[in-house]
Amino acid sequence: MGFFLEVLAGGLLAGVMYSLVAIGFVLIYKASGVFNFAQGAMVLFAALTFVSLLERGVPFWLSFVITLLAMVALALLIERAVLRPLVNRPPITLFMATLGLSYVIEGAAQALWGAQVHGLDLGIKDEPFEFAGLLLSQFDLFAAATAAVLVTTLSLLFSKTRIGLSLRAVADDPLAALAIGIRLQRIWAVVWAVAGFVGLVAGLLWGARLGVQFSLSLIVLKALPVLIIGGFTSIGGAIVGGLIIGASEKLAEVYIGPLIGGGIENWFPYVLALLFLLVRPAGLFGERAIERV
Amino acid sequence: MIYTEAGQFSIRYSHDRRIFRLRQDRIGITALLLFAFAAVPLLGNDYWFSAILIPLLVLSLAGLGLNLLTGYAGQLSLGSAAFMAVGAFATYNFQLRVPGLPLLASMALGGVMAAGVALLFGLPSLRIKGFYLLVSTLAAQFFVEWFFTKFGWFSNNSASGVISAPPLLILGHDFSNPVGRYLLTLAVVVVVTALARNLVKSELGRNWMAVRDMDTAAAVIGIPLLRTKLLAFAISGFILGVAGALWAFTYLGTVEPHGFDLARSFQILFIIIIGGMGSILGNFLGAAFIVLFPVLLSQLSGSLLSGVIDAGQLENLQKIIFGVLIIAFLIKEPDGLARLWQIARERARVWPLRY
Repeated sequence: MGFFLEVLAGGLLAGVMYSLVAIGFVLIYKASGVFNFAQGAMVLFAALTFVSLLERGVPFWLSFVITLLAMVALALLIERAVLRPLVNRPPITLFMATLGLSYVIEGAAQALWGAQVHGLDLGIKDEPFEFAGLLLSQFDLFAAATAAVLVTTLSLLFSKTRIGLSLRAVADDPLAALAIGIRLQRIWAVVWAVAGFVGLVAGLLWGARLGVQFSLSLIVLKALPVLIIGGFTSIGGAIVGGLIIGASEKLAEVYIGPLIGGGIENWFPYVLALLFLLVRPAGLFGERAIERV
Repeated sequence: MIYTEAGQFSIRYSHDRRIFRLRQDRIGITALLLFAFAAVPLLGNDYWFSAILIPLLVLSLAGLGLNLLTGYAGQLSLGSAAFMAVGAFATYNFQLRVPGLPLLASMALGGVMAAGVALLFGLPSLRIKGFYLLVSTLAAQFFVEWFFTKFGWFSNNSASGVISAPPLLILGHDFSNPVGRYLLTLAVVVVVTALARNLVKSELGRNWMAVRDMDTAAAVIGIPLLRTKLLAFAISGFILGVAGALWAFTYLGTVEPHGFDLARSFQILFIIIIGGMGSILGNFLGAAFIVLFPVLLSQLSGSLLSGVIDAGQLENLQKIIFGVLIIAFLIKEPDGLARLWQIARERARVWPLRY
C-alpha cells in the first residue's frame, strides 16, 4: 500500500509539471481559439535563452527579466506576423500555422544558442525525502507550489484586473467583445505574452529536471492528452487533467508495464485520453458544443 | 493560345469523365510518362535515382494518402508515419512468412493491413472532431512505433526492430539495382495515383469533400458519415501503407521502427500544405519541394558561403525556412503550389491576350 501511495504521489507531482505546459495552451485557446502547437517550442526558447544568459554571467533575476522581455517581443511578433494575417481562417489552418511556428522558434533558438545540452540549477535539490512515511522529491513539491502560485496569480489577473475582464469577454464572444471596443489584437498579444511567461516558468522547471535541450519542445506532446482530459478551455481542467495523466501514467508503468514489456508511458496517456473522449467529447471541464442534425 | 479548350467538345458522358479532358493535357501526361519510364532510366545516374527520384516518388505517394484523408475528407491526421510503418512491416512479414507470395501482392496486403489499423484508429472520428482527432492519430503514431520496437516477432527478432528489404523479384526480373527500384516505385505510384484520381472524382470523393466542408450539412443531405469517414481512413491507410513498404524496400533498403517517427508524419503533412490540400498534383509538387529544397540549400551554402555556415546551423536554417514557408503559404496561398500551377495554366490558356 505504501508503495502504491508513493507511486501515486510521485505521479501526481509529475502531473503538475504537465499541467504547467497545458496552462499555456488553455490561455491561448480560450482567447484566440488557436490550438498552439508551438507552446513546446516557446518553452524551449525561454529555457534556452535563460540558461544561455545565465552561463554568460548575467545574474539570475536579470536573466529572468530579459527572457521575459524576449517572450513578450516574441508574442508581439507572432501576433503581427502570424495571427493577424490569418484572422477568420479555419482553426485547422491556424493549427498548422503554429506547427510552422514551432519549427521557426526551435530553429531560431538553436541557431542563436546552440544545440548542446545545458544544465540548469535552480538551487532546489532533486532528492527524495521522507514525508508522512512517503518518499517525496523536494523538487516536485517546489514545482507543485510554483504551479499553485501561478494558477492563483492567473485567476487573480483574470478576475480582478481590467485586462482580465477584457480577456474573459474575448474568450466568451470575440465578436461582441469587438463591438464594445475591446482591441482584439492587443488582447491576443497580451495572451501570447502571458503564455510566454507560463512557458518560461515551465521551461525553468522542466529544464532543471531534464537539462535544457531540444527534447524540451517535445513536452508539448505530453500536454496534449492533459488538455483533452481537462478540456481546452479550463485552467482548472488543465491542472486536474495533468494530475490524472501523471498519476495514471506512473501507475500504469509500474503495474501494467511489466505485463506487456514496459516503455508504455509514450502512448498510454493518449489511449487514456481517447477513452475519456469517447465518454466525454469535450473533456471534464470543457464547454460542450451543441449540435443537432 | 498554346493551351485552349476551344473546339474540344464532350459529345459522350465518358468524355466528361476522363481524367484529363483537354487534348493538350493528355498529350502532356503521355509524354511525361514516356519520359519518366523510358528516358529517365537512360539519362539519370545512381545518385539521382537513389537520393532524389525514389524518395520524391514515395513521399508523393505518402502525401497522396494523407491528402485523401486531410485534404479531401477534412480529417486532420498526425499518424501518417505509423500507417507507413504498418505497411512496411506487414509487407516484410508477408514476404518472410508466406513463401511464394509475389512481391506486389505482399505490398498490397501490407497496404490492406495498414488500412485495417487506420480504420481502427479512425473509429473515434465518428464521435470526435478537429483537434480532438489529433489525439487518436497521435496515439496511433506512438503506439505503432512502440509496438514494432517491443515485439521482435514482427522484425524476425532482429536487433532494435530493423527490417531489411526482401529480394525485389517480380516475375523473375531483379529490380534491386537503382534503375530497377526507380521503375518499380514509379509504376506503383502511377497506378495508385490514377486510382486515387478516379476515386476523388467519384461519388465517394464528392462525399468526402462535403464532409470536409461541413459535416452537419453533409449528414443532412443524406451522406452516411460513418461510412464516408471510415472509408477515408481505410483508403488513406492503404496508400500510406504501400508508400511505407516502398519507403522501406525501394528507397532505404533497411529501416527501423524509429524511421517512421513523428517527424516523418510532420514531413508528410508539410508536403500537402506546401503542395496543396485537396489536389492530386499538389502531392508531387510538395514532395518535390521537400526533397529538393534541402539539397538545393546545402549546394547553395556550399558554393556561396563555403565554410561560413556549419552543418548544424544549416539544419537550423533549413528548419526556420521551412517554418516560415509553411506560414507564408497558409497566409498567401492556402491551396499551395498546385494553385500556383493552376494560375499559370490559366494564364497560358489566354496567352498572349490578358483575358
